[in-house]
Amino acid sequence: MSTDTVRPPLAVRPSTGRVVGPLAAAWLVVEAKWTWYRKGWRATIGSSILMPLLFLIALGYGFGTQVKSGAATEGMRYVAYLAPALLASAAVQNAASESTFPILAGFKWQKIYWGIGATPMSPARIAAGELLWISMRVLISGTVYLVIAMLLGAMSGLGVVLALLFATLCGMSLAAPLVAFSATIEREGQQFNNIFRFLVLPMTLFAGTFFPVASLPVYLRPIAWLTPLWHGTELTRAAVFGRMHLWPVLGHTAYLLALFGLGAWLAARQFQRRLAV
Amino acid sequence: MAVARVRLVGGDGALVSAKGLLKSFGEFQAVKGIDVEVQPGESFGFLGPNGAGKSSTMRMIACVSPRSGGELSVLGLDPNIDGPKIRARLGVVPQEDNLDVELTVRQNLQVYGRYFGLGRAHVKAKAAELLEFAQLTDRADAEVDSLSGGMKRRLTIARALVNDPELLLLDEPTTGLDPQARHLLWDRLFRLKQAGVTLIVTTHYMDEAEQLCDRLVVMDSGRIAALGSPAELIARYCTREVLELRFPPGEQAAAEPKVADLAERTEVLPDRLLLYAHDGEAALAAAHNRGVRPLSGLVRRSSLEDVFLRLTGRTLVD
Ligand SMILES: Nc1ncnc2c1ncn2[C@@H]1O[C@H](COP(=O)(O)OP(=O)(O)O)[C@@H](O)[C@H]1O
Ligand SMILES: [Mg+2]
Repeated sequence: MSTDTVRPPLAVRPSTGRVVGPLAAAWLVVEAKWTWYRKGWRATIGSSILMPLLFLIALGYGFGTQVKSGAATEGMRYVAYLAPALLASAAVQNAASESTFPILAGFKWQKIYWGIGATPMSPARIAAGELLWISMRVLISGTVYLVIAMLLGAMSGLGVVLALLFATLCGMSLAAPLVAFSATIEREGQQFNNIFRFLVLPMTLFAGTFFPVASLPVYLRPIAWLTPLWHGTELTRAAVFGRMHLWPVLGHTAYLLALFGLGAWLAARQFQRRLAV
Repeated sequence: MAVARVRLVGGDGALVSAKGLLKSFGEFQAVKGIDVEVQPGESFGFLGPNGAGKSSTMRMIACVSPRSGGELSVLGLDPNIDGPKIRARLGVVPQEDNLDVELTVRQNLQVYGRYFGLGRAHVKAKAAELLEFAQLTDRADAEVDSLSGGMKRRLTIARALVNDPELLLLDEPTTGLDPQARHLLWDRLFRLKQAGVTLIVTTHYMDEAEQLCDRLVVMDSGRIAALGSPAELIARYCTREVLELRFPPGEQAAAEPKVADLAERTEVLPDRLLLYAHDGEAALAAAHNRGVRPLSGLVRRSSLEDVFLRLTGRTLVD
């Protein structure tokens, strides 16, 4: 049989499938997540803003009555000093919980990533979709917290919009490397407990949310400076207090962007390694 | 004419063509250089025991696992270059179901269809059609978790059809299912075949291979041991009939020399003695005349299981 034989129009009916572009692909992951999430979104948002609100009320309004306004509170009432920082802190906590067990589940328990991997979606696009989803969750929870904090009178001004973006960036600068890490986990995820215990919790306590890093012992300060939360906190305060100085703002933003970029690159690479074996 | 040729694939028209295809995991070679060609419209099988390398091969064809060596073209394209483009036109049923158990049956189909760039209205209509095909319409809004194994498998197959694939890959589609569920699945797969979909199926059940495959390869330890249609393979490696003599444990070996010349070939299994003969009844009668007294004697048509035994000296399903 020669190769130029005219073959009958076989059952090679063209498939309807096609490859979608990178942005649309990431969006499809969000769409799939939302399909499930929309059933219980109120409860989830409720639980993700509960912590910062409890802190705001107990520490800001309660404990804050014991705190004198001064240099340590940047001249603010304690609750006003605390409110923008809790925005960043909540972003970090929500980002951390969204980038650990849900990612592990996709690889290990439900294996849905393997299902998606058999479609035109590439592993890197799945990773990008997860990051986009996490950023939206962080942003939405942050917005709800912000509105409540403003209604309570703890924050005001247009700077809050910028603070919201900074907080989301801060959350994502932790989420991206964590997603990469979660994608390496083969076992049940006990390692995550260590992440929460030894990374997220100390960060929320010592990275400048409740008191300035300058009050820490000298040898501990550099550790606080390494955390994304310290940079995020500096940025959210600067935005809300209207004290945006060019170089510090650029510096903090660049640090967070760099962490995010590195993490996103690692996440894409790890999704590829895990799925394409 | 040009229109009809648009999607016809290059080379000699094979939908899948592998030459010296290799897959290794570290030092270990799971697929040791196999040659395979699958033609449009045919139903092609990989028959082999666990660990033969069937899934590894399927995953390379599905463009989810990079090959370690050799050549591979799928739909006329190279998976290393055009993986996503090829995947857009494939349907894949993996060995292990990976449905989204947090979604409903219908949502699984719709969400999956979207990954193939299909519009919302399109996936909605397609999901309804596929639910019907998979006999899952009455479970459409149930959570996947509540489905039986057979239903999950049907849903996975329905999901693989969401993009009207030109080639459908099925990795052990019926393993672990009860006979009724298997027959229902076979019926569905047969309909697809009738509709002209090219199928590639792996299995370690010879009856499944005989049911579904026009042509198949027998695979063992990462190599292809034989290629042909089920009938050809049986004709090439077996006799028409097999006489199975069952003995009390340990006695079959002693009986073997007495009856060996009645058959073209004999096989001593732990519990049975197999005589490959063209006329099983005649061989049974002759054995009786020679004073061989088995517990039971069964004459059956030979099957791919016998082909496998002949090729590898081992039974297919342990
Ligand atoms: N990801 C992997 N890493 C290491 N070894 C693997 C991997 N996948 C499969 N194998 C090994 O490759 C061999 C062939 O496996 P597989 O292709 O799944 O065979 P089959 O599908 O025929 O049962 C087996 O020995 C299996 O243990
Ligand atoms: Mg297998």
